[in-house]
Amino acid sequence: MEVTLKDYRTSEKSWWCPGCGDFGVLAALQKALVNLNTQPHEVAIVAGIGCSGKIGNYINSYNIHVVHGRTLPSALGVKMANRDLLVIAAGGDGDGFAIGMNHFIHAVRRNINVKYIVMDNHIYGLTKGQNSPTSDPGQRVKATPQGNIESPVRPLSLALSAGATFVAQGFSSNQAQLARLIEDAIRHPGFAFVNTLSPCVTYNKINTYDFYKETLTNLDEDPDYRPDSRAAAIAKVLEKEELVTGLIYRDPTSVPYEDAVPGFGTVPLAGRDIALAPEDYELLLAKYR
Amino acid sequence: MAKSLAWKIGGDQGEGIDSTGDVVGTVASRLGYYVYGYKHFSSRIKGGHTHYTVRLGTEPVLAPEPEVHVLVALTQETIDRNVRGLVAGGPVIADQAFKPALPDGAQAQLIEIPLTQIARELGAPVVRNMVAVGASAALLGLPLDAFRSYVEEKFGRKGQETVAQNVRALEQGHRFIESSHVAVRYELPAATPGTRYLMTGNDALALGALGAGCRLMAAYPITPATDIMETLASLFPKYGGAICQMEDELAAITMVIGAGYAGARAMTATSGPGFSLMQEGLGLASVAEIPAVVVDTQRVGPSTGMPTKTEQSDLMAAVFGGHGEGERIVLTPGTATQAFEDGYEAFNLAERYQSPVIILSDLALGQWLQTVERLPYERVQIDRGAIVGAAETQDLEGEFQRYRLTPDGISPRTLPGTPKGQYLATGVEHAQTGKVSEDPANRAAQVQKRRRKLEPLRTREGAILVDAAEGAEVVIVCFGSLIGAVDEAASDLRGRGLKVGRVQVRQAWPFPAQPLRAALQDARKVLFVEQNVTGELRELARLEGLEDDRFASLLKYDGTLLLPQEVVEEVRVLVMKEEV
Repeated sequence: MEVTLKDYRTSEKSWWCPGCGDFGVLAALQKALVNLNTQPHEVAIVAGIGCSGKIGNYINSYNIHVVHGRTLPSALGVKMANRDLLVIAAGGDGDGFAIGMNHFIHAVRRNINVKYIVMDNHIYGLTKGQNSPTSDPGQRVKATPQGNIESPVRPLSLALSAGATFVAQGFSSNQAQLARLIEDAIRHPGFAFVNTLSPCVTYNKINTYDFYKETLTNLDEDPDYRPDSRAAAIAKVLEKEELVTGLIYRDPTSVPYEDAVPGFGTVPLAGRDIALAPEDYELLLAKYR
Repeated sequence: MAKSLAWKIGGDQGEGIDSTGDVVGTVASRLGYYVYGYKHFSSRIKGGHTHYTVRLGTEPVLAPEPEVHVLVALTQETIDRNVRGLVAGGPVIADQAFKPALPDGAQAQLIEIPLTQIARELGAPVVRNMVAVGASAALLGLPLDAFRSYVEEKFGRKGQETVAQNVRALEQGHRFIESSHVAVRYELPAATPGTRYLMTGNDALALGALGAGCRLMAAYPITPATDIMETLASLFPKYGGAICQMEDELAAITMVIGAGYAGARAMTATSGPGFSLMQEGLGLASVAEIPAVVVDTQRVGPSTGMPTKTEQSDLMAAVFGGHGEGERIVLTPGTATQAFEDGYEAFNLAERYQSPVIILSDLALGQWLQTVERLPYERVQIDRGAIVGAAETQDLEGEFQRYRLTPDGISPRTLPGTPKGQYLATGVEHAQTGKVSEDPANRAAQVQKRRRKLEPLRTREGAILVDAAEGAEVVIVCFGSLIGAVDEAASDLRGRGLKVGRVQVRQAWPFPAQPLRAALQDARKVLFVEQNVTGELRELARLEGLEDDRFASLLKYDGTLLLPQEVVEEVRVLVMKEEV
């Protein structure tokens, strides 16, 4: 059956502020799923806490909304339980790069077969405007009235240097490109990280739509850029101070985590016949005689 | 003739103490004796004093022996530290190499054997401890042939040379005692060999989980729970499972929850510090009604506590831990057989009640070897709870009601991948569809539903195990591994003519208040025996309205194993008080 956008819509009314970048990310995700003709019941979205974490409320797939920062380990659990599912983890910069940073690096190095979409607005929105780990230096907010004195996390260079097999960045206003990047991520066998620049129109007065329109370099428009070299990718994101969009790096030799587990099998665990026979027990117990 | 004997070997960590103890334990078990093997060890890999005691008897033993009958000392420190725990005049086998000496006033018989020298002469320094084993066999009255065949089987793969060296080591040690003038000779009644197993609670629990169909484990290594992960790691490749060693316990519990949501039977195992980290995740599993199995092999807490010592101080954390009021099911196995039972039944309960299930074990149960008569694997049944399949969802109009308000509080769930069964599982309060809701009436209804569904468990069969005594002067109540010491004490006291009953609490939550009340009804005194300082089990009973002036506590919290004699003594004091 042909999947349409309608299949991915829910009756829920969105709680995001009008103009929020997250609308664009949601729309691009839905478009990508439709373009790939993925059935809603074949998708599991694991969302974090924060404004972005509400994405699961607005998309008609299987959704699990977990504790703050733990989207990636939860997503690994979903994938290992049913490897036939398309598992997408989604969260914000606080969820992914502050409270959940630990898991980000480990998901990267395990190469878990989860697509990770971060809605990076460089601020904490739902708690009403505190600096996030990606906030620009100097940003003044209520909790940091003298301005941010910390240097920001650089998600792209971090993922690349940790060994990520797929790294892309999109801008929520550039729907066509973002949807295509998400499609590429879904096709990638392994951990696919799509950072999305998703402006917070209420609290972030620095990283606005206009700011990105002026500063972003679109790698799609650079005929010389090839996303097949980790070193070149790192050089590019350092040179552009992470202000790039497009596919930054993809490792064509990527082996997803579940394929690397010895003896794990290809049938989803959730559907397997799991009972042991008496002979199995006798064999197991022989060791303890 | 003694009904049980205790043999102990001590030395520095890294000197093969564990494998030597395992040899004596396994051979005794094969001879038909019941074995309990327990150790003293520290949080280090090499160096530091360690010892391993093997208690063997003709009746089941699940507690330590108050005194040791044979001590094997590989260092002077072993003698200095352990000679006082020896029966008066008992033998100390010591390696001549360290010029052993008994401390002043020690009532023991020192037997110096050139263990190191004999091993060297055999061309294999590594067989030193086997010389001591041969000598021990002579003292304990155990047939050397049993050790010989064990060695042949164990080292057969390493070649005939290795087997021969070990056998000669055994023989020389044995001969040394036989040809000496050592007067002490112990003798146990002959045992009846049977099909028995020697395993720890951690081993048995892992097998139970495998039997239940658990094929996914996410964990972070921690003493004394790590063996569960290691056991399953050795088995999973054959059975198509996966061990994910996570970056921390936050990841471990949330991975288990993700897997439970998606329909796999997954577990994690940890101890106190890791269990604290899992509390937020357990709350998610409670409110989003996701099956999850968590083992807490308790050790001394709080904080790092004493990682290699036993305690039962996580009971409150298991029942009430974390913010909010998310209920859990808490099982409390006390023997390896029970650890096996809970190891599989936890998954049935988790899926049937869509709830986190905590198996609250403890270091003594998890780590110490015990004889298991048989594992009742024929009783393993798999009950996956109320799952709605594609056949039922195909005619569904509108949204699937994942959290439908049902009379028993259990709402059938779909598993991801089922057409038309999509829903949102969230830690946010939600309506029957799963959608976020702050409606007060809905909130109250969902809270009541989640509470209601666990209510029948309060009278679940087997939630308490009662060994009753009519007109009991004392009923002893305990949970976890203490059942070994308590049962032995009860049997001893009955032998002295005292009417003693005992209750083992096998499920701490939902609290089996009514069965427990009935079990205690006729008791003149009730003694709670626990390994914690606040009497957590008794406190649960008090909260449930059971406490009265018959109640007393024996609390031990020094990290050492409870001796049956401590319970006997406490009961005698209690009964005497009553008589005064």
